[in-house]
Amino acid sequence: MKRIMCFMVIAVIACVNQAYAAKLIKVDGSSTVFPITEAVAEEFQKENSGIKVMVGISGTGGGFKRFGRGETDISDASRPIKPKEVDLARENNIEYIELPVAYDGLAVVVNPQNTWVSHLTVKELKKMWEPDAQETITKWSQIRAGFPDKELRLYGAGTDSGTFDYFTEAICGKSGASRGDFTASEDDNVLVEGVSSEENGLGYFGLAYYEQNKDKLKLVAIDDENDANGKGPVAPAIETVMDSTYQPLARPIFIYVSVQSAQKEEVAKFVEFYLNHAGQLVKEVGYIPLPDAAYQAALERFKKRVKGSVFGGKGAAIGVKIEDLLKRQK
Amino acid sequence: MFRKNKFQKLKEYLIEKLLFLFSLVSIFATVGIIAVLSFEAFAFFKEVSLLKFFTDTQWTPLFVKKHFGILPLLCGTLLTTLIAMLIALPVGLISAVYLSEYASEKARDIIKPVMEILAAIPTVVYGYFALLFVTPLLRKCIPGMSGFNSLSSGLVMGTMIIPLISSLSEDAFHAVPMGLREAGYALGSNRMQVSLRIVLPAAFSGVCAACVLAISRAMGETMIVAIAAGQQPRLTLNPLVPVETITAYIVQVSLGDTPHGSLEYSTIFACGMFLFVMTYFLNIVSYKLRKHFQQVYE
Repeated sequence: MKRIMCFMVIAVIACVNQAYAAKLIKVDGSSTVFPITEAVAEEFQKENSGIKVMVGISGTGGGFKRFGRGETDISDASRPIKPKEVDLARENNIEYIELPVAYDGLAVVVNPQNTWVSHLTVKELKKMWEPDAQETITKWSQIRAGFPDKELRLYGAGTDSGTFDYFTEAICGKSGASRGDFTASEDDNVLVEGVSSEENGLGYFGLAYYEQNKDKLKLVAIDDENDANGKGPVAPAIETVMDSTYQPLARPIFIYVSVQSAQKEEVAKFVEFYLNHAGQLVKEVGYIPLPDAAYQAALERFKKRVKGSVFGGKGAAIGVKIEDLLKRQK
Repeated sequence: MFRKNKFQKLKEYLIEKLLFLFSLVSIFATVGIIAVLSFEAFAFFKEVSLLKFFTDTQWTPLFVKKHFGILPLLCGTLLTTLIAMLIALPVGLISAVYLSEYASEKARDIIKPVMEILAAIPTVVYGYFALLFVTPLLRKCIPGMSGFNSLSSGLVMGTMIIPLISSLSEDAFHAVPMGLREAGYALGSNRMQVSLRIVLPAAFSGVCAACVLAISRAMGETMIVAIAAGQQPRLTLNPLVPVETITAYIVQVSLGDTPHGSLEYSTIFACGMFLFVMTYFLNIVSYKLRKHFQQVYE
């Protein structure tokens, strides 16, 4: 009898152990948000050895597509959810909680050997990237008088990327309005590789990817020609994003948690861990942390399971300052 | 005895039918692929005329100003293929001549399998080899070269298809009757003259078939160019700038979240169909050439 009992105990332990080991949290989406989620996941897995967190980089659009079909627990997003994605989630009865995790100062970069660019105005960026530029704006000299007569080689986010949606909305005035003749990739590492190996290159991506490759890239200051947002050209940095002078390319970035998945203990634990540690980790990977009050508000939203997006499910929202975000959260 | 015989017959019959079914699998797969490709490509060509498809010089179906000209993609494909063939053809052919005419039995037994290892390396490995090793090396010699370009991916792709050309051409050399060589030697030719003036011309159609197969292999190659050649459709013959091949475009769209059933999505079927027709045509040419060469020396 004793032996049988012993056996049963071992069997139960083995079962529990197996169930424990099989815990998996699936995250996919924006490659802009990836460095943060990856850093959080690493810390989280150190403390919770039985839980595995898988983080993908399909781009915000690709991530929401999987999220809306219920394939992932959490979606990384570099812009708020779009109507089409809201519909997909509704069709599949997926409800979600939107949580801002950091601010990004979308970085415009050139090659370090580029001696002629130190800043660009929003108008010049528009001239470079708008749909009408396709096959017509091909030389640096066409952007500003005094720039050399060299070929303009552009690297930008792919069409599945939230960064693409945000950048086109902020610079060209309409989400998705971009020229098509540039090297497009959802993977920011490809863009880093492209610009860093091309004297005439210019590209844009999340600030963290600049911070990680500082020695290979040169940051361009942006002038929105609106003195209310700081005079003259402003480069993205913690201070300029915090005081909202880096406009219009500063933007909040998010994670979306599925309400169904949040019922799972490990997912809830991970999200709470995320919001409690984001402040410090965000800084480490090169983004701008939100004020503590914002993380508290987000945690509150998560605990109360407040569903939906504070941006009304309309996609990229331009010029959302940190205090605005805080107000919307409450 | 009689019953056993009947049973045997039934068994034979079943086995035959079973084997027949298995052989049908690949035929069904081919027919299915062609059907799906044509169906989807037809939907695409209802929206975009063939004339536009072949004459427009821009390819930007995913962006606001949509253009559906296959030429930039075709140009990328042909450019990388050309560079690959410039490497693979001479190197493959010369090594085939060496292996078939010069090498001792022992050397052959070592060199041939080692060369064939080249063909066994996964193409994704070649891709990163091109991007992270060959490109930086070339950039030291060629200033102004982009990080993504057709030159390094073409060179690496060429290396990959060397064994294809060398082993197929070697087979062709082997099929040349010994008598032809002996006649050459009897007339006082040396080895080089026999190899280049007798064996090579005699095996010419076989060598051509090998080349054509290699070309169709290079055109269909995907991973190397998707990784190392860039993703920018561009109508250019400059091997130093990023280009996009037909296959790389298909990868780009099928991995992304382009909605199924949309015109943007059907572009990949049009591209696939076009590529299929091209490689199919090349394979037929290769088949015809091989047949021709078999008929000559039987």
